[in-house]
Amino acid sequence: MYLIVEAESIAPDVRRIVVEAPKIATKHMAGQFVIVRVTPDGERIPLTIAEADPDTGSITLFVQAIGRTTTLMSELEAGDFLVDVAGPLGRASEIKQYGTAVVVGGGLGTAIAYPIARALADAGNRVIAIIGGRSREYVLLEDHLAAHGIEVIPCTDDGSYGRPGFVTEALAEVITTEDVGVVFATGPVPMMGAVAEVTRPDGIETIASLNPIMVDGTGMCGGCRVEVGGETKFACVDGPEFDAHQVDFGLLQRRNTSYRAFETKRLQDLESLDAAHHEQVLAPVRGACATEADA
Amino acid sequence: MTKISRRALMKLDRVEMPARDPLERAASFEEVNTGLTPEQATVEAMRCLQCKTPTCIEGCPVNIQIDQFIDRVANGDIRGAADVIRMDSLLPAICGRVCPQESQCEGTCVLDKKHKPIAVGHLERYVADTVRRYGLEPPVEPVPSSGKSVAIVGSGPAGLACAADLAKSGHKVTIFEALHQPGGVLIYGIPEFRLPKDIVAAEIDGLKALGVEVETNAIIGRTTTVEELLTDEGYDAVFVGVGAGLPRFLNVDGENLIGVYSANEFLTRVNLMGAYREDTETPVLDLIGRRVVVFGGGNTAMDSARTPLRLGAEEVRVAYRRTEAEMPARVEEIHHAKEEGIIFDFLVSPVELLGNDEGWLTGVRLQRMELGEPDDSGRRRPVPIEGDIFDVPADVVIVAIGNSPNPLLPATESRLEQTRWGTLAVDETTGRTTMPGVFAGGDIVTGGATVILAMGAGRIAAASIEQYLESRIWDETLQPASV
Repeated sequence: MYLIVEAESIAPDVRRIVVEAPKIATKHMAGQFVIVRVTPDGERIPLTIAEADPDTGSITLFVQAIGRTTTLMSELEAGDFLVDVAGPLGRASEIKQYGTAVVVGGGLGTAIAYPIARALADAGNRVIAIIGGRSREYVLLEDHLAAHGIEVIPCTDDGSYGRPGFVTEALAEVITTEDVGVVFATGPVPMMGAVAEVTRPDGIETIASLNPIMVDGTGMCGGCRVEVGGETKFACVDGPEFDAHQVDFGLLQRRNTSYRAFETKRLQDLESLDAAHHEQVLAPVRGACATEADA
Repeated sequence: MTKISRRALMKLDRVEMPARDPLERAASFEEVNTGLTPEQATVEAMRCLQCKTPTCIEGCPVNIQIDQFIDRVANGDIRGAADVIRMDSLLPAICGRVCPQESQCEGTCVLDKKHKPIAVGHLERYVADTVRRYGLEPPVEPVPSSGKSVAIVGSGPAGLACAADLAKSGHKVTIFEALHQPGGVLIYGIPEFRLPKDIVAAEIDGLKALGVEVETNAIIGRTTTVEELLTDEGYDAVFVGVGAGLPRFLNVDGENLIGVYSANEFLTRVNLMGAYREDTETPVLDLIGRRVVVFGGGNTAMDSARTPLRLGAEEVRVAYRRTEAEMPARVEEIHHAKEEGIIFDFLVSPVELLGNDEGWLTGVRLQRMELGEPDDSGRRRPVPIEGDIFDVPADVVIVAIGNSPNPLLPATESRLEQTRWGTLAVDETTGRTTMPGVFAGGDIVTGGATVILAMGAGRIAAASIEQYLESRIWDETLQPASV
């Protein structure tokens, strides 16, 4: 069991969770992820490591309540536990001198872009973060990014904040006015695909962090197969970052729908529970109960 | 006991393992084989000729004193039989169920020529299950600590066997497992209906009783490196038994359609993650009324075929590119699969996997083959029959054609030399790798093989580790271990 030391809401349905995982905190490099199980019978889900603090032995995860598992995880508070946290997994981002680097984050994708942006800035790059959301409250981590000297261009689909429109429109502007060495795209699959099309004509190096369905995260199952340049790759061990101009985003989008019916049903099952039964699902990982069980 | 003439005994038929009715069991994850009755076990044991030079022992990868344990069964001394087995094998309840006996102990039984061989596997299982059921296992004796510690990487059969031997010698043993539950392929790979998970859990609990610690979610190479185990964490030696966990695919078009699984993924979802349960959190594609095609001919292919039936599949076909005679699966698994209604298509090879516009699998395109000249393995090589290509409808394909070594650990430790197949280079007689203090065994060394071979390799390494801990000598003079 892994102790949650901090938990807070940072946007509607988005939680920041800091969990004790000393070994992972020491080893983490930008771009890597962990596999998490929330409850004793829970599924294994991959989550990007947004921050790691080797001194306190903790890592920071951002989670958006979309399905059953992420909804349950979002209900956890400091003092509660995650059943399993395994990692760090995946290859680290290729951090080097690119000159000007742009990270493009859509929705929760900004939480994936955040560690990459920081690492790029720490390596001496000028970093521009184009971060988007449906409306103002869905634009994540603007202050976090700015605090690291990163130039932030917030965008909202509804124009309620920052630059109105999609992140790709902002990106198209930036690459005409700046000499951009690299673009990192993190977020929904269609967004990453669109970013790749924006940068393709100029041949700007573009890297996408892919988010396929995973089980073990160590190369054992091959469920996370993606196609890059016509070749099959395992996102968990060969990625998760790949040359966005080579990625078959359509395939990724389709494969990510494999279990949609099941996912909808299991979320409905959870939502149909009354408060007491709902809480029972989380009882084994609640601080008080878990401590009792240990004692 | 009444003396019965040898001639009379030899006339008896080989015992048949009682099994659940094929139709009933094909809808259930309960174990198929129900185990011998005491009467069956006694009679079967009495059939044994008690050869002066037992050839069965030569056929056993860990050289269990088979004649001796069977003699004890014949005399009703089940506890004594268990003691004999335990000298050489630590996981009899598992090996009795999953060993390919027909090509090992039973294949070398002298009765195999004229009669049917002694059912060594069934008897081994009977002994292990009986002592567990009646609590006849000897109590765990506390062993004085040696003051030495060993890290075992991977909790599959190789790691468990290695851990058991070392713990019995008083070494502090910690097993590191990447997944959230220990047992390796015994947990994620082999289905409940062939190897109940409580049996695996009991074996692991037995190790814990010996003082072995198990750390899950520990991905060696990532969470901690092999080097760090030896330095920062202070282990005196490391055993690497991480298995061959990188699935091979068919290398044909359509392989990434929705509905195409590796056997590892499919079985992991069902076995480790419990996707067969009603209240599962981990999905597997709905198989009710669906058609499934499994590629491969080994035990994993049989498991991958029999599991979908239990999840409601309408039709399951095994497509194998050679003939039944060349199938590497245990005879019993093939037999059980047929009984349950699995259809076998021999001498076919996949050309393409077919899908619809939404990216879902709809069928497989197969090439008919015929047997040609023998290849390197001595088996006749299948060659395509020109122009004989046909389509079979399928909603799900499971690819069970084997695994390559998982590169995750070797890739993070340059001193661990690999062979050109990606397996770890070791001295076979000792399990010594190219990195001082590090030993290896099981599928990461041999490529995909069997539980018993992995267990044997774990024990060879354990014996070498003992010597190394004693002498601290790391060169060719490290004596070949005799286990």
